[in-house]
Amino acid sequence: MMKNRKSNWALLAPMYVFTILFVALPILYMFLLSFLTRAEVWGVDFTFTLDNYKRIGEPLYLNTFVESLKLAFLSTLLVMLIGYPYGYFMARMSAVWKKRMLLLIMIPFWTSALIRLYGWIIVFRTNGVLDKLLMGLHITEEPLKLLYTYPAVVVGMVYSLLPFMILSVYSSAEKLDFTLAEAARDLGASSFKAFWTVSFKLTLPGLLSGVILSFIPSMGLFFIADILGGNKIVLVGSVIQEQLTKGRNQPFAAALSAVLMVLTTLMIRIYRKVTGTSELEGLV
Amino acid sequence: MKTKKWCFVYVGVITAITYIPILVTVVYSFNESKISSVWEGFSLKWYAELFQDRDLREALINSLILAVLSCFFAVIIGTSGALGMYKKKSRLNDAVGYISMLPIMIPEIILGMVFLSVFSLMGLPFGMVTLVIAHTTFCVPYVYSMVKARLVGMDKSLEEAALDLGASGVRVFFDVTLPLIAPAIWSGVMLAFAMSFDDVVISIFVTGPRVNTLPVKIYTKLKTGVTPEINALATLMLAITILLLIGAHLIGKKKNK
Amino acid sequence: MSDIILQLNQIQKSFEGTEVLKGIDLEIERAEFITLLGSSGCGKTTTLRIIAGLETPDSGSVLLEGQDITSLAPNKRNVNTVFQNYALFPHMSVEENVGYGLKIRKVPKAEIARKVSEMLKLVQLEEYGKRRPDQLSGGQRQRIAIARAVVNEPKVLLLDEPLGALDLKLRRQMQLELKRLQKQLGITFIYITHDQEEAINMSDRIAVMNQGVLEQVGTPNEIYYRPRTSYVADFVGNANIIHDGSDTFAIRSENVLINGEIPCVHDAVVLEKSFAGGQLRILFRLSDGQTITASRYGIDADIQVGGSIRIGWKQEHAIKVLDDEK
Repeated sequence: MMKNRKSNWALLAPMYVFTILFVALPILYMFLLSFLTRAEVWGVDFTFTLDNYKRIGEPLYLNTFVESLKLAFLSTLLVMLIGYPYGYFMARMSAVWKKRMLLLIMIPFWTSALIRLYGWIIVFRTNGVLDKLLMGLHITEEPLKLLYTYPAVVVGMVYSLLPFMILSVYSSAEKLDFTLAEAARDLGASSFKAFWTVSFKLTLPGLLSGVILSFIPSMGLFFIADILGGNKIVLVGSVIQEQLTKGRNQPFAAALSAVLMVLTTLMIRIYRKVTGTSELEGLV
Repeated sequence: MKTKKWCFVYVGVITAITYIPILVTVVYSFNESKISSVWEGFSLKWYAELFQDRDLREALINSLILAVLSCFFAVIIGTSGALGMYKKKSRLNDAVGYISMLPIMIPEIILGMVFLSVFSLMGLPFGMVTLVIAHTTFCVPYVYSMVKARLVGMDKSLEEAALDLGASGVRVFFDVTLPLIAPAIWSGVMLAFAMSFDDVVISIFVTGPRVNTLPVKIYTKLKTGVTPEINALATLMLAITILLLIGAHLIGKKKNK
Repeated sequence: MSDIILQLNQIQKSFEGTEVLKGIDLEIERAEFITLLGSSGCGKTTTLRIIAGLETPDSGSVLLEGQDITSLAPNKRNVNTVFQNYALFPHMSVEENVGYGLKIRKVPKAEIARKVSEMLKLVQLEEYGKRRPDQLSGGQRQRIAIARAVVNEPKVLLLDEPLGALDLKLRRQMQLELKRLQKQLGITFIYITHDQEEAINMSDRIAVMNQGVLEQVGTPNEIYYRPRTSYVADFVGNANIIHDGSDTFAIRSENVLINGEIPCVHDAVVLEKSFAGGQLRILFRLSDGQTITASRYGIDADIQVGGSIRIGWKQEHAIKVLDDEK
């Protein structure tokens, strides 16, 4: 028994050391940092202050939070509306088609996210593929100038986050016993009612985990807004990056990150409360 | 139950849309013109330019080294951690397991911010070392959670059977446990590799002036202006991805037979 | 003098405060087929795991051929187990599975191959060596699990409900096969089941367990005809338990006599009648409120539900037992 316990600690040691040293302590340091003062030239002064948090309350920064949340909610909603039926239908396909579809989803997932966004630049650019197509079909008369607009950013977000939603819904719907919906129909439910009361209810954990998996990264994907939105749309992510690089204000960046982190962990907490599960479906 | 036609149509249309930017990139990689909206005829000149781009090649090699190293550490930490926690359940283990998952449960930007400040506090020179540490933190959760899920689903009596047949603890691990969790480790590594190889947000913060990763390099190129080379690079990466996926698919098929 | 191969002395074991084994004493003879019989949760699997070394008892000792093996690791014991769900290694072929124990003991390759093919022939699966466990049927997997354990020539073979997952017909066939195998190999079998028919069919001796205690150990005949406790009488023989003053008696249903047959001295009311498997079963209520079941062949049309009747039993069929309820 003693020997067993020792070998178990040997197994756990790398995980413990690594997690404490490079995850737990750095995150704690971030919270500490958010109460410190920026040094005159470079680095941090260890003087306690609440100014960083007060500054987040300023309209300029509060606005970026609101903007980011709005964009994140809008993207997540669209991802949900497009991704849920996709994942659900996929789960009802034959085994061969399921495999094919998974492969088709994985291919873009495996190519660089940036490069896929670059494809959208070509599409959206003034006189780009989309403009040419629309003007060729005489739907529009002049270029739409879609690039560097809000809709372009939304498309980019939805596009990047869609696979997460599809895979979570799919893994949840795949486990669903479709005869349950048939049983509901047999008991007199309309096909919509059968779907809503049985299938949808049972795939809700997948949908919610898809929401979490889309919402969390969407708060931080500043490069999408950067590339497709030009400098017009400023998100929390961009502000944090700016404060760290150009502003050299680590404490303020830390405060922004701390608020962002609290917001997202709260979301996960709510998810766990609602679904009663601890694992995110489709993630594992 | 029969899948209705319009389900297929819906899935087909959405899939087609997701492939638009990819196809556009591939087509324009063979475009003679520098302006990507004009087609001036077939050409391989951007491929030629790509192969001569030293910076990009260096960035590619860096990214590969980074992904391989991060996955290597993630496999050791994640697998042994999952094994240890599965053998002995405790609140402390649960807590550490939860914290180890944090890097993929918070927006990447936070992780980038955290590492930038911590590494500058520690005085670590920014470069490959800082990159590997940062990437390992978000690679561990993929391996750890996959292996953990596999262990929970594993029939405990298999290990007992090996023990019963005379195998020592070490042999039980190498003869039974490891072969059974290997697919989980493998799929964890595939995900972790993809995430590491593709990461911009965290890398931007922890990379040094001398070391560029491929995504960081692409990002700066995209921000500075039109670069048709990127089309060629995208096409090549896509081709390699497809080949690898098909290869994995075929190997899987053969194994099943 | 009998030849004791395995001895359990005062084995006690608790899990999280619940006492699962309350002092088990058992001596098992060489080349014997002994069955631990009991309902789920009675402690029979824990007993088996303690013999295998997969659990350590809180107190008490296990002796194998006189040597104390209580704290010996499972891989150091010359005892093998056939697991309930077979536990065949899914990533190894049938041959590799069967040869695993020999490989661990560094037996030369040629000899492993010879022994494995011999063993596969013995369980009549010589053509299946290259297959993987998931390509076999339940019955075939079962035999491979037995072959994998037996090939190591263990002193004692432990079988944990090995036929539980099979359908009735296959189970019957495997019962016979297992018995044949045991006789042929001359290995001590310790068999676990909750099925009293299976126990009676196969065993040289049966040990009936209930709530961590051995109720009775004996030959199938002894267990069936001379149950020591009311639990054994009920569990093995489906006997009626009748209290008479401070005494408790077990009377099997086929020994309950009805109307006219002598000696019928008890007034009874017919509560229920059912016909199954060629047998009529009648439930009576005696005048003192106790219920009793009688069984007989054929349909007895005279007996009406609700009707009064006289029943009785012969003196020698009322077996005095210890009452477990008390």
